[in-house]
Amino acid sequence: MENTPMICADQVRFRYDDQKDVWAVNGAGMTVKKGEFVVVLGANGCGKSTLAKHFNAILLPESGTVTVEGIPTTDEARLYDIRQRVGMVFQNPDNQIVATVVEEDVAFALENLGVPPEEIRRRVDEAMRMTGIYKHRLKGPHKLSGGQKQRVAIAGVIAMRPDCLVLDESTAMLDPRGREKVMSTIGHLNRDFGITVVAITHYMEEAAQADRVLVMSEGRVVMEGTPQQVFSQADKLHSLHLDVPQAVELRDELVKAGVPMPEGIIDEGSCAKALYDLLK
Amino acid sequence: MLRDITIGQHFPGNSVVHRMDPRMKLLVTVLYIVVLFAASNPLGLALSIGLLALLYVAAKIPLKLITKSLKPIMPVVLFTAILNLFFITGQGQPLFHWWFLKIYEEGVRYAVLMAVRVLALIAGTSLLTYTTSPIVLTDAIERVLNPLAKLHLPVHELAMMMTIALRFIPTLIEETDKIMNAQKARGAQLDSGTLKQRIQALVPVLIPLFISAFRRADELAMAMECRCYRGGEGRTRLKVLHCGARDWLCLAVCLAAFAAVLSTRWIWQGIAL
Repeated sequence: MENTPMICADQVRFRYDDQKDVWAVNGAGMTVKKGEFVVVLGANGCGKSTLAKHFNAILLPESGTVTVEGIPTTDEARLYDIRQRVGMVFQNPDNQIVATVVEEDVAFALENLGVPPEEIRRRVDEAMRMTGIYKHRLKGPHKLSGGQKQRVAIAGVIAMRPDCLVLDESTAMLDPRGREKVMSTIGHLNRDFGITVVAITHYMEEAAQADRVLVMSEGRVVMEGTPQQVFSQADKLHSLHLDVPQAVELRDELVKAGVPMPEGIIDEGSCAKALYDLLK
Repeated sequence: MLRDITIGQHFPGNSVVHRMDPRMKLLVTVLYIVVLFAASNPLGLALSIGLLALLYVAAKIPLKLITKSLKPIMPVVLFTAILNLFFITGQGQPLFHWWFLKIYEEGVRYAVLMAVRVLALIAGTSLLTYTTSPIVLTDAIERVLNPLAKLHLPVHELAMMMTIALRFIPTLIEETDKIMNAQKARGAQLDSGTLKQRIQALVPVLIPLFISAFRRADELAMAMECRCYRGGEGRTRLKVLHCGARDWLCLAVCLAAFAAVLSTRWIWQGIAL
């Protein structure tokens, strides 16, 4: 079982309107290993959100297969088993919170799963501590900031003890500080609790933290590799209407100007260090 | 200004009334309403108001709040009282006679009793909402109505709708505020003009609000599905309500008090004769 991939999508095709020949996902395939942190990049309308919704059987492929730990998502008998294994967090935190009190909302999924009350209490407290919102547990969601609300939404998913967390542009509506806090929470969950993370994002700086980066275009996965490998192909990314992280751009410009910067710089930290070493 | 709105009129506290089991509070409130109507003689009303006042003192609810909750209902109460005053015809000589208007002694008595009864009713039900948060109240309603689910009434669904409505009131208020500002920035005149103009000016506020509410509903439904929501069947709860000895004692005291108020039906007849 150890070698079963967390999520495996193969030749997935999906369209919203089955009368038209417009495919939102057109033959996409990807494999996510257990414990990995994968970032999916792509311009608007490239089908990345649609593909993500296949990972917990919100959408089912028209052709092709998606399996979650070996279970095909078309297996209706195990639908809730799949949804418990793959938790999903969306863009707008306001539209994911159901209850009027933080802790009640975190408990929502467990209540649905029919977990006994004492166990709910334990897991809710644990999930709120893991995401750092324990001190807000008795507040109303409307009293929290965007970043805090998004962490409530993450806690609500984490309480199910999923093996995988799918984040569908979960930081897009947050201010920089909220975004940073949410990303560090996700990093903590991935590193310290071994939760597999699939993050869909527009922010290249977030992609730089990942183990692996996938780039989608027109419903297909067109690039794949470590952040270093992907971001070193700046021209190809630009042709897909994507940017590279600012640190990569700076490094490329410096190399063009004749400054001998090393390879594989993708974030501000390593860029600053390389510059410091050069100037020493 | 819209942002300051609080949900419901919950007045947090830690008194006996606050801590009483919400299902029992609900039951007691319903009984109180029944008693108010069953024992609507002056003595019965006086006793039930006294009882209510005692509960208000126990719950430490400030007098200001009570008058605040009674204020909006005042015009209605006055209106019905005045109607009663003129339309009840009694025996004997009218107390007052002018053109076609006649006021009888019975009319005065009936109008006063009616007004007091309605005010006591509002104050009594307000006590429930002051001392119980809307979430707890929704929860209690779901549990009290639970036996009806066997008759295929959508009890869980109703409670879920109430919870979601409560949850989205502040969100939608904030959104209304935003849309109003956006329309004002485009030159909309929301605060001036005749009544008709002002109502018409609200249309460009309401349409985006509705569209966004539907979009939110769609997203919320998906998020709920992602968290394994599948209706009320087999659901457990984080907080389990349980009635302790204190709750039963409170109920017993209330029931005894209600019985005493009810007995005035016969006592008052004795006095009146």
